[in-house]
Amino acid sequence: MSAQLLTYIFVGATFALYIGIAIWSRSASTSEFYVAGGHVNPVANGAATAADWMSAASFLSMAGIIAFEGADGARYLMGWTGGYVLLALLLAPYLRKFSKFTVPDFVGDRYYSSAARLVAVVCVIFISFTYVAGQMRGVGVVFSRFLEVDIDLGVVIGMAIVFFYAVLGGMKGITYTQVAQYCVLIFAYLVPAIYISILLTSNPLPMLGLGSTVADGSGYLLDKLDGLTTELGMTAFTDGSKSTIDMLFITAALMAGTAGLPHVIVRFFTVPRVRDARISAGYALVFIALLYLTAPAVAAFARINIIDEVNGLTYQDAPEWFLKWEDIGLIAWHDKNEDGKVQYRGGAALSPTKPAFSEERGEFGQRLVTNRPTESDNEVYIDRDIIVLAHPEIAKLPNWVIALVAAGGLAAALSTAAGLLLVISTAVSHDLLKKTFMPGISDRQELLYARISAAFAICVAGLAGIYPPDYVAQVVAFAFGLAAASFFPVLLLGIFSTRMNKEAAIAGMLTGLTFTFSYIVYFKFLNTAANTPEYWWFGISPEGIGTLGMMLNFVVAFAVSRVTPPPPQDIQDMVRAIRVPGETQVRDIEATSEDTLAPASRS
Amino acid sequence: MLGLLVIWAGVSFGFGILLADWLDQFRLGGYKLGFWFSQQGSILTFVVLIFVYAWRMGRIDAVHGSEEKEDVIVGLDDRDAS
Repeated sequence: MSAQLLTYIFVGATFALYIGIAIWSRSASTSEFYVAGGHVNPVANGAATAADWMSAASFLSMAGIIAFEGADGARYLMGWTGGYVLLALLLAPYLRKFSKFTVPDFVGDRYYSSAARLVAVVCVIFISFTYVAGQMRGVGVVFSRFLEVDIDLGVVIGMAIVFFYAVLGGMKGITYTQVAQYCVLIFAYLVPAIYISILLTSNPLPMLGLGSTVADGSGYLLDKLDGLTTELGMTAFTDGSKSTIDMLFITAALMAGTAGLPHVIVRFFTVPRVRDARISAGYALVFIALLYLTAPAVAAFARINIIDEVNGLTYQDAPEWFLKWEDIGLIAWHDKNEDGKVQYRGGAALSPTKPAFSEERGEFGQRLVTNRPTESDNEVYIDRDIIVLAHPEIAKLPNWVIALVAAGGLAAALSTAAGLLLVISTAVSHDLLKKTFMPGISDRQELLYARISAAFAICVAGLAGIYPPDYVAQVVAFAFGLAAASFFPVLLLGIFSTRMNKEAAIAGMLTGLTFTFSYIVYFKFLNTAANTPEYWWFGISPEGIGTLGMMLNFVVAFAVSRVTPPPPQDIQDMVRAIRVPGETQVRDIEATSEDTLAPASRS
Repeated sequence: MLGLLVIWAGVSFGFGILLADWLDQFRLGGYKLGFWFSQQGSILTFVVLIFVYAWRMGRIDAVHGSEEKEDVIVGLDDRDAS
């Protein structure tokens, strides 16, 4: 059977599965809609967290980035896993003990202020939309390449599926769908990796294959790859080219961002007990590590296979995958020395880097670009986002494996999109309407508003998919920077400092968010020409600036809290109670907090 | 908990980034050591850290006699955590 037919079958079957689960587990109350009633088994929650959080960026982009950047790619590997240590040790159990539905809920009650809650709502919505935009390009890429439908139609189909199970099922539906999506995506990631690992290194475990010898007996795989890359004038695979300070700041921003991402935190509100929140973070990281330990192996295998396949390729004999990716504009070849062969070397082939195609074809049938050629001998542009999808074809794996990867990529993108959309809708219906503007609405009405806002959020996200942003992983990295700069300090200080008051929290969040946002917008959108290390502050790229924003947030919050009145006694008592071992006391506090801390009466 | 956080920072920012170039002179099978820490070693350490923490906190809860009563779901985790 053809890869395309198999892809239709696999994608169709997994979509049917997700819809089936959504119907079986639809939500009837706000508690079920927001936090699945708080009755999710910690192992299931771990799998759901893993799927929720491993997005198109992890599944599609990350291995591609590592394949091209080598050692520098470690910032994603460490940053996106290290955050779970912060989450498990410093945040998740305490926030679970506080027993709230959302992150703004915690901020609003802990800081006894509607204003703080509103700022948090704005941060949540902003971060989540940035992140959703990153997922939609992933959905579009998969659909256009493998199902050969129009990208726009692909996005609409994806949105319709998410609409169905997020609006109907709420958190309960999403949780069980995500468990299924985790299984699909990890299977889809591991099968081709195992296949290729056996072909290249004879080691069936790709995580170990990375450190093994090559099957043809020419020494260790990484040494071979270092040799190949150096020979072609590229940076050696195991050497980085980013500055140390930038690596540090980006990694720290991704870690603190992971711990501060609202859609990740909210997952820990769904487990029955505090200790379940702790252990659940552990399970989540185990499930995530399964993919993250494999990703660098996939990256190294892909780099070797691409160099082998592409360098010296005569264009007229180019394999099908090369031509198909060229057709949708993610591969471009500019024959600088006019020999009809593809020279793959270090450096960018084109200026600007991303190809802009003219309508014409060259003498060998290749698509012509309007970009200027660079000085470098490199003739080929390969988009980093295609590596995971293209690799099974490059390695000539059977068609069913290729179809499986497409289904896995969709599972990763859709599961994250659903989690984010739920967070957005909750922020609107619960924090904005119920807790701020319309405190009188009933549970049923609130549920209706939650569904309406989810539907609205899906439409906006769909637009982001039709007009897609740049690289998936980079866009997503900004969401992390913003989360690190706004939420992480406020949550951490809210738990560990009784002295933190509402003035400090609001000032801190606004400083962190404004600073980080301005820096990113300046370098990424307003003055892209200046986006080079010479112009960056302290040599920190926009990707890593969230860490500096976070530091500013800490400093501002600390300073403001010393010159403004301390929080009321009941808040201070509550903060102390959150840190007492066990759960019994907090149940009482939770019951009273609704009455004593109603924001309308307080601020 | 502070100790665990020190290990967390040590394997990632320390071994994975600051000391990575220096560690690269040593080898772990087919890996350069710094490269291994930054790409795989740190992740393995993170997993261990979280489980050690969950186990320790579980013990503290038990000592304080505030074993949580709410047994809505009895699953795998109960054997692991307690």
